[in-house]
Amino acid sequence: MDRIILHSDLNNFYASVECLHRTEIRNKPVAVCGDPEARHGIVLAKNYPAKATGIQTGEVIWQAKQKCPDLIVIPPNFPLYLRFSRLARSIYASYTDQVEPFGLDEAWLDVTGNRHIHGDGLKIANEIRERIKFEMGVTASIGVSFNKIYAKLGSDMKKPDATTVISRDNFKQVVWPLPAGDLLYVGRATKRKLARYDINTIGDIAAASMKFLKSVLGKWGEVLWSFANGYDNSPVIRMNEETLIKSVGNSITTPRDLETSEDVQIIFYVLSESVAARLREHGFKCRTVQIHIRDKTLFTFSLQGKFHKPTNLSGDLADKAISLFRANYSWPNAIRSMGLRGCDLVAADSDEQLSLFDDEKQRIKQEQLEMTVDALRTRFGHFSVQRALLLKDPEIGAINPKEDHVIHPVSFFKEGNIL
Amino acid sequence: MQANRYNNPDKVYISVKAIFYPEGGFEPTSFIWEDGHEYEISKVIDIRRAASLKAGGVGIRYTCKVHNKEVYMFLEEDRWFMERKNNN
Repeated sequence: MDRIILHSDLNNFYASVECLHRTEIRNKPVAVCGDPEARHGIVLAKNYPAKATGIQTGEVIWQAKQKCPDLIVIPPNFPLYLRFSRLARSIYASYTDQVEPFGLDEAWLDVTGNRHIHGDGLKIANEIRERIKFEMGVTASIGVSFNKIYAKLGSDMKKPDATTVISRDNFKQVVWPLPAGDLLYVGRATKRKLARYDINTIGDIAAASMKFLKSVLGKWGEVLWSFANGYDNSPVIRMNEETLIKSVGNSITTPRDLETSEDVQIIFYVLSESVAARLREHGFKCRTVQIHIRDKTLFTFSLQGKFHKPTNLSGDLADKAISLFRANYSWPNAIRSMGLRGCDLVAADSDEQLSLFDDEKQRIKQEQLEMTVDALRTRFGHFSVQRALLLKDPEIGAINPKEDHVIHPVSFFKEGNIL
Repeated sequence: MQANRYNNPDKVYISVKAIFYPEGGFEPTSFIWEDGHEYEISKVIDIRRAASLKAGGVGIRYTCKVHNKEVYMFLEEDRWFMERKNNN
């Protein structure tokens, strides 16, 4: 029997929440934008009047204002969006325990087991939409289908506040004429590649041979082919079923371009403290550290290095990151953003090979020191204890990535899915 | 991180008096409007989650009987608000 999968997408989420709370701007063009001072000044979300002027998500503020001079630009209020996201999830949770969030504003629901209680997918979807409208004052578009990929396509087809059903009977008419770029994971580059072979719609992908797609796109070719044909059978993950964490990372676009090794060093310490604290929080150590650098021309590269024993100490992470960076960067350009990630994780309490040549006592001391810092910060705030180095440049040293960045990007391919 | 707060002229924050029952749960018994006047709630008719488009907020909506009229009171996180009645 086919599954009944819903994909719910809260329309213009950030902008809708803002417009609900600010009655005076509801009918004017509104864009929620990042902070231009911190150089995050792009459009994160916009309402329908703003959309009508051609403004697109991801545009910088001045571009958007060129299209629409009376655009109302408002800063994001993430704690409020998180609250609304939780409200939506609690509504979903009254229909099924298989709720898989995809960012703050989207989620898949598997309601197969619910059809005898609440009715078919269309009925459940409409009920959920009504509840979201009534209880939250915002609207949602919901796609109903027999797999996650088609459900997501469905939620994009009619907006706002609408339900689209894609069934085995109609998917060839509904899904296949859509442009290839609408399919999850067909980005600009893939779209261009496919267009070279005159593959322009999802139907073209479905009709192509899997072997051919694999030869053009590698293993992604296979995945996209199965997406296009409706063969995706990845499950909707159960709530609270903790997805296995594969890596812990943080990245940051700094308030100003970084010009010297010392700037870079400060940021690496900031990032590694956040990453190390989160590793400890989740009970992990990492064996590999990965760094990611983007210069002001937006040229981006990443490097990785291995530790000879697993660690969750910020000093270890920072030292490795800094030496990787020094060995590989000759400063052709100033740096705009940086990231640091601990991967290759092992449980923090697993057995460890001690070394005759390292000072193990010193290591244990260091671990206790960092745990004490964690405890101090929990009780007295992040900036109660700091490395002296970070005080050298208050502008970039005073960043707290652990708490400032509450929203981490997600991937469709989590543990337990394909690949 | 603290959520920013919004000022909306149609959103009136009120003080609420309530009884908390020994077996759990509570019921609002009166509220104090912004002018200081206290209104008694004779009955709570309905309790459900709802959004207030007029005042701009969401919470648990209490439909209450006050002076024989039905009014909405919203419990939004830890604050109560009501919608301002416009005479136009």
